[in-house]
Amino acid sequence: MAEVNFVSVNVGDQIPALVKPEITRTTLGLFAGASGDHNPIHIDIDFAKAAGMDDVFAHGMLSMAYLAQALTNWVPQSTLRSYNVRFSAITHLRDRIACDGEVIEKFEENGESRIRVKLQAVNQDGDVKLAGDAVIALPKQ
Amino acid sequence: MIDRSHIGREFGVHTADIEKGRLRFFAKATGETNPVYFDEEAAKDAGHPTLPAPPTFLFSMDMEVPDPFEILKVMDIDLGKILHGTQEFMYHKPVYAGDTISFKSEVTDIFDKKGGALEFIVKKTSATNQKNELVAEMSRTIVVRNG
Repeated sequence: MAEVNFVSVNVGDQIPALVKPEITRTTLGLFAGASGDHNPIHIDIDFAKAAGMDDVFAHGMLSMAYLAQALTNWVPQSTLRSYNVRFSAITHLRDRIACDGEVIEKFEENGESRIRVKLQAVNQDGDVKLAGDAVIALPKQ
Repeated sequence: MIDRSHIGREFGVHTADIEKGRLRFFAKATGETNPVYFDEEAAKDAGHPTLPAPPTFLFSMDMEVPDPFEILKVMDIDLGKILHGTQEFMYHKPVYAGDTISFKSEVTDIFDKKGGALEFIVKKTSATNQKNELVAEMSRTIVVRNG
């Protein structure tokens, strides 16, 4: 990855977008196992229906992991100081999640040159599923 | 309504081992393409001692307890009625395969919106490694759909 530094980054810059494949039942089964979140609402349609949902739906943490990949494809993880999201809508089966981010602030904090990146994950219809931000400490130049 | 006396409730410390196989499984399940997260040689080439835990992985390790939904049982909440509202991570130190992480959690707030139709539980967790270094802090909001 090309090294990103504080001097070369400007407010308004977009981070490289990341588009993930369609979410399937297999995706959710694998993520339930790998993530340790075995809540049946994500993998058992009978349970989901009994809970008043039309079908199983994706773990919020799956999309949060996707959005993190957009960050770590752009800068090394060691630069990440905080990462926060709000799960604004349920991600459904067959959604394709696209992750993007924009630099919204450059500042000095704790002796480091830091940036704040506004993040969002949207589906193929542009519906926002996750909105959040990350603080990243960059080398000066 | 959830009994507000649960605010301040602490949960017992539990520990989880960060394992290479589980990290590779997590990479596969999330369609990770950056080899740093599944190929140990690539990780070493990038300056890591071994495979690193990706940014959200500690949330998963915090669920490595006999009953990850204990908080719901304690508060008499139906598992089918919860949603994940918000999730925050603050990072202090990297976490690698081979680390043993201890988790300590506390309920810091419970509130409601829409006349109680939605209730919110805030749980804060600190994660420390085998050297007793604070590696990360997490905060999660659980949304409960009443009615």
